Amino acid sequence: MTAMTLEVHDLGIGGLVRGVSFGIACGERVGLIGESGSGKSLTALSIMGLLPEELAASGSVKLDGRELLGAPEKELSRLRGNEMSMVFQEPMTALNPAMRVGAQVAEPLRIHRNVGKHSEALLASVGLPGVGRAYPHQLSGGQRQRVVLAIALANDPKLLICDEPTTALDVTVQAQILDLILDGVRESALLFITHDLAVVASVCERVLVMLDGEIVEAGTTRDVLTAPQHDYTKKLLAASDLEASR
Amino acid sequence: MMLEVRDLERRYTRRDVHALRGVSFDVEAGQRFGIVGESGSGKSTLVRLLAALDKPTAGSVSFQGERVDTLPERELGFLRSELQIVFQDPMGSLDPRMRVRDIISEPLGRRNPARVAELLKAVGLSEDAAARYPHQFSGGQRQRISIARALAPNPSVLIADEPVSALDVSVRKQILDLLASLVELYSLTLIFVSHDLGVVRHVCDRVAVMRRGEIVEIGDVDQVYDAPEHEYTRELLAAAPNLRAELARLRGGEDG
Repeated sequence: MTAMTLEVHDLGIGGLVRGVSFGIACGERVGLIGESGSGKSLTALSIMGLLPEELAASGSVKLDGRELLGAPEKELSRLRGNEMSMVFQEPMTALNPAMRVGAQVAEPLRIHRNVGKHSEALLASVGLPGVGRAYPHQLSGGQRQRVVLAIALANDPKLLICDEPTTALDVTVQAQILDLILDGVRESALLFITHDLAVVASVCERVLVMLDGEIVEAGTTRDVLTAPQHDYTKKLLAASDLEASR
Repeated sequence: MMLEVRDLERRYTRRDVHALRGVSFDVEAGQRFGIVGESGSGKSTLVRLLAALDKPTAGSVSFQGERVDTLPERELGFLRSELQIVFQDPMGSLDPRMRVRDIISEPLGRRNPARVAELLKAVGLSEDAAARYPHQFSGGQRQRISIARALAPNPSVLIADEPVSALDVSVRKQILDLLASLVELYSLTLIFVSHDLGVVRHVCDRVAVMRRGEIVEIGDVDQVYDAPEHEYTRELLAAAPNLRAELARLRGGEDG
């Protein structure tokens, strides 16, 4: 078995998430689907070490063989934004409204002492050359999400987690952002959370289906979406296919 | 004709923005009319003008043959009950301090428990929902409450402005099916606004595609989706994630 970049084993979060195990290899793209409240986002937050204080995770989460659960905050903060990073759904809340976007993109470079890169080049790599002096409110939703992506990819993370990164965007912009994400994770592990099965089908190689805090089905995207085993996956597919029931 | 829109224009002089320019279309009684476009295309401006919540800078809007864009607010009472809107975010459009029965009977102007019970049943909520508050419901249930309130004054036109964009896929399907059955049951004319092409195709029989304040293409749903004439419509259709096409691609991979 090849070494996994991310290995999650028997993850539990205060009864809300139970017995979740999966792995993502380097260069692999894994989708996590399920409805609001199914535990998708909690799973992502526990990997990043960003769970709300009243919740504790049990089990094991390993990044490149290093145990993250129970690791001291000092160690986690060295990893976040460096070896692992996350893109959230709403870029306006992820960005600092009072800070120029160039400075925000430079922040992960400065904090993790990455001298090999420059914020202007990073912004150019997500298709935003010369906007470093702009503030978030001066950009469109799609441009803001590009900035967030530039920040997340600044230090070439080994693991990128995207939580509904395109849900708030227009369809044409959505396609551009997905392309940028795919470009950015060629040599990283990607965990992609969404409720849009069409997006999962186009982005991910493997899929995990989550229901009420448990993974009820897992497999290659092709197997899970074309020959679903679990009733819930079937239901999700039926509800997503609006054309079938016209 | 239920609604006639002619050369509608809305410009914001201070910012020199043309939110709408030269928009014309008709909506027949009983039609399910979709308006598709991306952010900034003028969809919401158009909804406000149709509902006479804003005045156009040129052009006209007629409701059942009567111009409504020139009427003062005090003469718009009939339109306020004849034309109702369901918004995207139910939590933002329901008063959190009001019980469901008061929310639903507010447009009636008086308490009417029988009507509230009837409406709750029509939108698939149990009768005991009447005594509860909006926060005690899920997103899908809240949208059902918004729909019940919109139907309370017996409108002839229902405008749904991105009614399912904030909902999970399975809930989305339920709400779309509910809207379709209510349109049938109450002989409503539906105006359905969305950025989601798939959803509009599912619900509507006619569609207008908007870009930068203009309608670039209008026609029957099958015609616009299967044989789009405008470049932008083709672009939108190509960019939209299409589950069927993706599944076909995955299945294709299976055969070799």
